[in-house]
Amino acid sequence: MKNFMYFISSIFTLATISTPLLAEDVATYTVDQKDKAFSKSYLKIKAGETIDFRNMDPWMHNVFSLSDVQSFDLGSYPTPQAKRVLFDKPGKIDVECAIHPQMHMVVEVVK
Amino acid sequence: MNKHLRCVFLCFVLSTALSAHAADKKVDPYLRPIPVPYPADNMPTPERIELGKMLFFDPRLSGSEWISCGTCHNPALAWTDGLPAMLGNGMAKGLRSTPTILNTAYNQMQFWDGRAKTLEEQALGPIQAPGEMNSQDMDDLVKRLNTIEGYRKTFDKAYPNEGINPQTIAKAISSFERTVVSTEAPFDKWRKGDKNAISVSAQRGFDLFTGKANCTECHQGFNFADDGFHNIGLPVSEMEDVGRFAHRKIKVNKGAFKTPTLRDVALTAPYMHNGVYKTLAEVVEHYNKGGVNMENLDPNLKPLHLNDQEKADIVAFLLSLTGKPMEMTIPHLPPMDQ
Repeated sequence: MKNFMYFISSIFTLATISTPLLAEDVATYTVDQKDKAFSKSYLKIKAGETIDFRNMDPWMHNVFSLSDVQSFDLGSYPTPQAKRVLFDKPGKIDVECAIHPQMHMVVEVVK
Repeated sequence: MNKHLRCVFLCFVLSTALSAHAADKKVDPYLRPIPVPYPADNMPTPERIELGKMLFFDPRLSGSEWISCGTCHNPALAWTDGLPAMLGNGMAKGLRSTPTILNTAYNQMQFWDGRAKTLEEQALGPIQAPGEMNSQDMDDLVKRLNTIEGYRKTFDKAYPNEGINPQTIAKAISSFERTVVSTEAPFDKWRKGDKNAISVSAQRGFDLFTGKANCTECHQGFNFADDGFHNIGLPVSEMEDVGRFAHRKIKVNKGAFKTPTLRDVALTAPYMHNGVYKTLAEVVEHYNKGGVNMENLDPNLKPLHLNDQEKADIVAFLLSLTGKPMEMTIPHLPPMDQ
């Protein structure tokens, strides 16, 4: 039963992170921070779309990028808070957590 | 099927069966994984480990030919120097304490500030650093080692046709360092089912460590480390040290340092990156206060409100993480050519 619930929960989570939510004609994706990992290691989006980085761990996480294409520092925040980033320039952007450097993902922004 | 193929096949079947058995059994995250990870281009061999051991203990790798890796990472002191701040070339005092090399094979980040990811990347740093071993010109060091027949032969056995160069020096030292791993501690015996392996106080300490005291937020898994960086609000040192911030200029990194292992922690005093605390009781008191210097403090730190018994229990648990130190014989070093 426990495994079944885990399976259902996994499908739900996958659906959440894979489906852009349309709001005000701008697609918004959600990337979770769970078990000290981003729920996606790679995400391709279009310029002008946004990503919500949501902390689903019981401890603080940070989200930042020092990439040439776009740099940002969302600071540290607890679960279940999320912070949104607008990606408006095409290119590949490395996104990391400063507290837990093994957390890394790439956002590829296309025109 | 010839004998050799039959043997290979049987080995394959056996390893598959063992893997399936291992997958069935729940792995205890607090017990050390038996395989020690290594990079694909530097598989450990007895020749490489022996060469690395010679280099590790050879003071001729330093500019003064007086300091070896083992001077600061002294096996008699749990691979540290027992000092609050390291002493380098010319007895110059460094900013930080010498971290133990115990279990560094399992680290995803090396150094207090994580400026190297692998042991191979790390190994040449202190050798070249002016404030440490001060062999600033690696060409000179390579020439020096090439004048020693014993090294020419040993490098050739360990890394055939690769020669003596900075890469093979770093690879050999890393191969040796990967053999420096923690032994079975009383805590491990307790995890395996020996109920009397640690005291009742230490058992309560483990519950506090994983519960009320929230230590596992950073000190996780068998190595009790998270490869993460935290500003834990230590008393300010004489000289400013921004830590991880020097390499990743993100505000949360200012004053943040890598979480150290707690394995053999009874032997690695003084504690913290600046060696500010002499005892584990002082360390626990620091966390109980939720830090001392609150500037840019890791938001995960909070006052713990532990009573005296709870603090003593956590110390008892920490002491149970120390095993019998591994035996280490210092190698004979090859003499200069006559």
